[in-house]
Amino acid sequence: MSASRRALAIWFATCIAATLALTFGSLLVGTSSLHTSLHWLFSPDAQSAVVLWDIRLPRTVGAWCAGALLGLAGAVAQGVFRNPLAEPYLLGTASGAALGVTMSLLATDASVGALAWAGRLGMTGAACVGAFAAIALTIMLARGVLQTASLLLSGIVVGFLLTAVNSLLLLARPEMWRTMQVFLLGSTAYLGWPATALLGAALAVCVIPSTLLSRGLDALTLGEDTAQSLGLSLPALRLSLIGILSVATAAAVGQVGVVGFVGLVAPHLVRETVKVNHRQLLIAAPLCGGALLQAADLASRWIIHPAELPVGAVTACVGGAYLAFLLYRRTRDA
Amino acid sequence: MIGKCGARRRTGYAALCVALGALALAHAAAAGAVSVPRDPRRVITLLPSLTEIVCALGACDRLVATGRFDDWPVQVKDLPKLGGLDDVGIERIVRLRPDLVLLSTSQRVGGRLAELGIASFALETDRYSDIARSVTAVGRLLGLAQRAAALNARIASDVGRVSEESIAARHGAGASVYFEVDPGPYAAGPQSYIGELLDKLGVRNIVAPAMGPFPLLNPEYVVRENPDVIFISRGDAAQLAGRPGWDRIRAVREKRICTFPGVVRDTIVRPGPRVAEGMRAMADCLRRVAP
Repeated sequence: MSASRRALAIWFATCIAATLALTFGSLLVGTSSLHTSLHWLFSPDAQSAVVLWDIRLPRTVGAWCAGALLGLAGAVAQGVFRNPLAEPYLLGTASGAALGVTMSLLATDASVGALAWAGRLGMTGAACVGAFAAIALTIMLARGVLQTASLLLSGIVVGFLLTAVNSLLLLARPEMWRTMQVFLLGSTAYLGWPATALLGAALAVCVIPSTLLSRGLDALTLGEDTAQSLGLSLPALRLSLIGILSVATAAAVGQVGVVGFVGLVAPHLVRETVKVNHRQLLIAAPLCGGALLQAADLASRWIIHPAELPVGAVTACVGGAYLAFLLYRRTRDA
Repeated sequence: MIGKCGARRRTGYAALCVALGALALAHAAAAGAVSVPRDPRRVITLLPSLTEIVCALGACDRLVATGRFDDWPVQVKDLPKLGGLDDVGIERIVRLRPDLVLLSTSQRVGGRLAELGIASFALETDRYSDIARSVTAVGRLLGLAQRAAALNARIASDVGRVSEESIAARHGAGASVYFEVDPGPYAAGPQSYIGELLDKLGVRNIVAPAMGPFPLLNPEYVVRENPDVIFISRGDAAQLAGRPGWDRIRAVREKRICTFPGVVRDTIVRPGPRVAEGMRAMADCLRRVAP
């Protein structure tokens, strides 16, 4: 086994061990000693059993899946746009999802038309639809997926526009601000088994094709012309990758809101610690993203227990600090 | 060396400019107070609870405009609406030539009004005790101090009566209650205005005082506390059983849920003269659903 392969194997093992430890830890938040923990875990009363198996376990597994989706989406975005600062929300998904949520909140009182339809979808469904609509709008505005610069610019424009519409709607209904704040800061609070199953299915649907397309991403790092000269069909490749990016982001944002930094930091964290090609990165980034969001979820529940912090605030603090450290190290070495 | 000295001097000048600018800003902010005329006839209120207080003092006819959400009593619905909590139309306020603008201390528009020479008075409106304080202050400002004292006495006696009846109805064994202000889930803690009302009704809030007025709860906390009764908005009530593990909560299982139409909810969440009415609605629901 070569040194780089061994490093990667150690890396994978660390991620999986961290995930298992975090899952175990998140089941035991608030228990005071090992004895009470074990007692609680292995012979819980009826109420504790509900807390353990219907609330804590799906929540931590769901957080892992959402983090993995964001990590994957971040890795795909950075590969397809050949930009280390690319992140899952750059096609306007966050703003689209937020607008979807606002529409569904407005729809609670409405009984006719599009709003009533949004109400039936529920908040998570509306967020997902909003995210997809934003991506469709971005792609339409950029006239396809071929021009990276137009796509990024359209993403920014669509993001600003939808945020503006959302803010105008919220101005008329200030009581919705708090709900919107929870959504914009991300929340894993209500992840149950159905939501977790949905996130797991989305992860499976996204990871498999993206690893199959990883050679294309490797070729893209050499430049679009080189990739084309290697016989790749660029339009098909980009469309499929952006499709994967969209499904992964929309599924995550629909269930846990706008959790920042995980998608940006996870691929960086992988590349900073081990040397990887895209096939390895597209497996390692989800593993890393999953563990990151799980850790953030655990911290958000634990720091001011039994109240909790919005999970996105935790990821933003930790992710921001990590990026600042990276920047410091790079400028110091330069 | 010379270059370095020059740079240092320039930095010094820049710092001095910034300091002077900050001083000027602080002065402008401090020179805010505009004196309130003795008997203000043209009054604007920018918060529903303050509008309600002015009208409860019998001075509804002095109002020339209100905030966007001010809808009680009925006659204020037709008054010009000047915007929400933080998007108040200053130009329209100036054009209406008010003698006095009543607003909350959290509204930023107060400073700008002072600069424009418009008398305004900001009041704290967050707690139960703020109601009496606001009534007294507004009464004094409008020259209706006696009416204010009478109104305060009436509110205190009504609240006392509802409170006593509610406590007596359950023979001292208060039900445990979870009041959700937003599906975050944000709860109304004992330190919030709503929490104070729950306390007066003799029920036990599942949220501990140390958690603050509106804590964002871990949903499993509610499941573990297993409240007897849940107060929640109508829209969110339908989704309660769908939240992970919440179908096991006693209040959800036995349908001990209190929801209110918007007009009633306003009397519960606005710290104003209708506080006893809001408490009565909560007490009635408790009597119907509490175990």
